Amino acid sequence: MIDYSEKIKEISKRLLEEGRVDIVIGFKKGTVPMMNEPCLVKSSGEVEKFVWDSNCGINLANYLTGRNEKTGIVAKGCDSRNIVTHIIENKIKREQLYIIGVPCKGMIDKHRVAAMFDGEIKVVDEKDAKIIIKGENFEKTLDKESILQSNCSICIHRNPVLNDELVADPVEEQRDVDRYEDVRKIETMKPQEKWQYFEDMLKPCIRCYACRNACPLCYCPTCFVDEHRPQWVGKSQDPTDLRTFHFLRAYHCAGRCTDCGACERACPVGIPVRQFTKKLEKDCLELFNWEAGMSLDVRPPLDTFRPDDPDDFIK
Amino acid sequence: MEHMGIESGRLQFSWVSSAESTKFVDVVKEVTEAIKALGPNYSFAKTQAKVA
Repeated sequence: MIDYSEKIKEISKRLLEEGRVDIVIGFKKGTVPMMNEPCLVKSSGEVEKFVWDSNCGINLANYLTGRNEKTGIVAKGCDSRNIVTHIIENKIKREQLYIIGVPCKGMIDKHRVAAMFDGEIKVVDEKDAKIIIKGENFEKTLDKESILQSNCSICIHRNPVLNDELVADPVEEQRDVDRYEDVRKIETMKPQEKWQYFEDMLKPCIRCYACRNACPLCYCPTCFVDEHRPQWVGKSQDPTDLRTFHFLRAYHCAGRCTDCGACERACPVGIPVRQFTKKLEKDCLELFNWEAGMSLDVRPPLDTFRPDDPDDFIK
Repeated sequence: MEHMGIESGRLQFSWVSSAESTKFVDVVKEVTEAIKALGPNYSFAKTQAKVA
């Protein structure tokens, strides 16, 4: 990981000095452990800020929307897929971008780690595949594998799909991963059980919209939840409104979501937000053989028509 | 919608041309019967207006 950081600094410095890009988007060390922050660097003197470790779970594609300058961006597998989606949706031009690809072995789940300890976690270090967590009166070493974000542990696209330069050799992709075990479990439930399942899941939601703000797909100038003429959804924490918000947001991500996990990571109350998008992701794969953000040359299923599109639900 | 817990059959889709009046009538009849058989839906409805 240290080599990754050095390599990112080196590439960014070169790009900025050569004038290849005006700005590089990467990560800097967060002010609290496990919370690296996005960092926009405009001059080669500032590249020392850049860092790469297992706490870079934020999706940087989120910071590309509508940029005009030549931009360098550090991208792991999922970020690169969201960059592809951004290009397809005309939110940024390929020619503007210089993608610094980072082969990724997953990010650690800060919610899960925080829940493991009573006291405040002061330092989180990593060495090889071990994570060392230190607090006031405790210190523990954990296998990184055991505390991965759940989307990372089922990730099958760890290497950037689109890049101009890689910081390291591609990592081995995970194979034979059962990506949809949880979705299938819900599918077998009776309607009432499903209803209750989501009702319980949504109960703690405080409508802070962190999931939306962290999502690179949610770039609408005015989100439907903020609109009040017409008001599509109530603004309260009534279960009906909570449900409308989450499911409608998920629908807006249909065929676009790359399961990067930014929403889940951002949630302050620990709602497994990906449960809403994952069903749609599964359907897209099964019905249209579609995985979002894998190629610049194929249009997404929701903006093309093929005569053999499944339409059994229309009578 | 079904994934979220709406009973199957409560949400129906149909394609009816403006020239297909008989199909329209049939669809309306079918849907009405199906929904009546399912009974009223109390979930996903606010029970009362909340006053702040």
